[in-house]
Order: sequence, then C-alpha cells, then structure tokens
Amino acid sequence: MPRSLQAASVESMSDARENGEHDKQRTNEAALSARLQRLNEGLGHARSHARPPSDGSGADRATTASGYAKGFRLSSELVAGVVVGAGIGWSLDRWLGISPWGLIVFLLLGFAAGVLNVMRSAGLIAGTALDNTGPDRRNK
Amino acid sequence: MQVDPIHQFQIKDLMPMVSMNGHHIDFTNSALFMFIIVGAVSTLLIGSTSRRAVVPGRLQSIAEISYEFVADTVQSSAGKEGMRFFPFVFTLFMFVLFANLIGLIPYSFTVTSQLIVTASLALLVFAIVVGYGFWRNGLHFLNLFVPKGVPKLILPAIVVIEILSFLSRPVSHSVRLFANMLAGHITLQVFAGFVIMLAGAGILGIFGAALPFIMVVLLTALELLVAFLQAYVFAILTCIYLNDAIHPGH
Repeated sequence: MPRSLQAASVESMSDARENGEHDKQRTNEAALSARLQRLNEGLGHARSHARPPSDGSGADRATTASGYAKGFRLSSELVAGVVVGAGIGWSLDRWLGISPWGLIVFLLLGFAAGVLNVMRSAGLIAGTALDNTGPDRRNK
Repeated sequence: MQVDPIHQFQIKDLMPMVSMNGHHIDFTNSALFMFIIVGAVSTLLIGSTSRRAVVPGRLQSIAEISYEFVADTVQSSAGKEGMRFFPFVFTLFMFVLFANLIGLIPYSFTVTSQLIVTASLALLVFAIVVGYGFWRNGLHFLNLFVPKGVPKLILPAIVVIEILSFLSRPVSHSVRLFANMLAGHITLQVFAGFVIMLAGAGILGIFGAALPFIMVVLLTALELLVAFLQAYVFAILTCIYLNDAIHPGH
C-alpha cells in the first residue's frame, strides 16, 4: 500500500523533527512542506502517466482487471454491511419478539456500516490502518 | 451439446470415512484438493530450502521471493509487531494462492470457490483478531469501536455502526475471494461451452468458434492475474485486521 507507506514515512519524519531543537523547527517545517509538495507533484505526475486513456482494445488489461477487482471489493463491502445488519436485526426479532423493529433499525444501521466500509475501503475517510493512521503513530 | 457451467463446483464423495448419528464425514474431491495444495506448498518450500545455496536456484528463488513478498506485506500494514503473525499470514497466502492456481488447471477442483472454505479461513482470522486483541489489550480493545472527535449525542449510533462494520469483516473477507473465483470459473466455462456448441454446428461454426476460443485464452490470463491478486488481497486484509488487534487505539 503506497498510501500507508507514504503516511508512515511522513510520520517518521515528523518524529525526527520533534526531537530536534526549537529554532531548527521552523526551517525544517518549511523544508518538510516543500518536500511534501514536491512528492505530491511527483505522485500526480506519475499517476497521470501510469493511466493512459483506455482505447478499449484490451491492451491495458492490468488496469481493467484492477478496476474490476476494485469494483468487486467495494460492492462486497457494502453488501456485507447490509447482510450483517439484516441478520442481526432478524435474529433480535426472533429472540426478543419485537418484530419488525429490530430488522428495520438494524437494516438501516447495517446500511450505514456498509457505506462506512466502502468509504474506508476506498480511502475516502480515515479511521483504519489502511489510511493515515499507520502503526508508528499508534505506538505513541 | 450442452455444457453445465455449475457442474465443476460439485462436491463428490470419493470415499466414506466416518458416520456418526446419521452425519457422514466423507473424503470428498474438495478434501482431496486441499491435501494436494498442502502437499504442493510443502514440497515446494521444503524441497527448495533443503539445499540452501548462497546463489539461489530457481526453486529457492521462488521460495525466497514469496517469503520476502509476504514479509513486506505484513511489515508495511501491521508493523514490526505484526511479524509474530508472519507464519499464519504466510500459510494463508500460500494456501489461497495455490488453491487458486491449481483450480485453473483443467479438470481440477477449485477449493476457494466453495464459500464454506473461504468462510472458515475468514472466521479463523476474525477469531484470532478478537482473541488476540482482548488478550493483549484487555478492554482497551473496545476502543476500536469508539472513534475520537465524535459529538456525544451521536456517539451511541456511531458505536453500533462501528460494531456492525467490524462484524461484517469476515463476510466481505470471505465473499470477496469466493465470488471472484466462482465468477471467474463460470465465465471461463461458459465461453468454453460456446466453443464446443459452435464447433458442433458445421463448417461455419468452426470459424465462429475461434472468437470465443480467443476469449477463453484471454480470460485464462486474466484469471491467472485474479488468482494471484485475490490471494494477495486476502493476505493484506488479514494483516490490516491483525493490525487492529495489535493497535486498537485510534
């Protein structure tokens, strides 16, 4: 995962910065932000080059396959959340005899959990190890 | 001539083993292929590391590359501490990878196209995450469900959603692998069925059969990629979940 790697390296840089003296901090920060910007530009450049427009001839089969894999991943995340919510709601109904309220409430919560899964899996929001909270930060 | 694309997933009893209370425990083709997979992985790894040369031969290179690949994956997504789970992740990765690859051989059986197999693997990972999480962090493990910076008012709903999201992990973890293998093999079989049906339809059909035949060749290449990709995805998700067990605090 290049994303988490990048985040981890940025974090270790910030760790090193904290150990330094205070007067150095400002220049280091400027250097860091300049470097970050450079990295970002490089990354954007690499991305725009890595994905040539598809002409549909199947020449870029790897891109198509990874798009297919991504679609599969996201849809299974959503479905899993809904299915688990519905399952829990249904069994609560059976167990407590509160039908249909358990199903209604947990289906909706399950849908929300599915959307949360999808957003996490797509890297749109932080919160899991996949994103910006690398192992380094959590050890503090 | 009809081709049944689902037929390839049928479980056949090869020999009855134990029977108790009316439940039969049979040695099936699925079990046979699991033994083949374990045998193939063991043979490859033990055989290739028996002569430890400084300059690795072909087989030893394969073993070393797979070790380094999985070790990198574990370290980058679960940290240094995650390396204590390396044997587990490596075993899972090799098993799934070999199951997917052996399944691509014609007339073989794809173990990972059975939901029960992938679900058992995913539930094993889930149980280890929960068990190790509580053993290591105690009740701090529950911090996993309490995100920071959420207003008190909606916190209960968020916690319930987080718990549901956590519980849905083994579902998506197992269904992803299962569905990918199932869909891929059905697609292959359907296109191969077109070849047979068209070829049986006379001279013109034989020329027509070339199109789905090319498709089958391309799909086989794609499936090879998917086989590897899904094994990798299974392993990396395992690492990410294990990371939550090791560092539950947000």
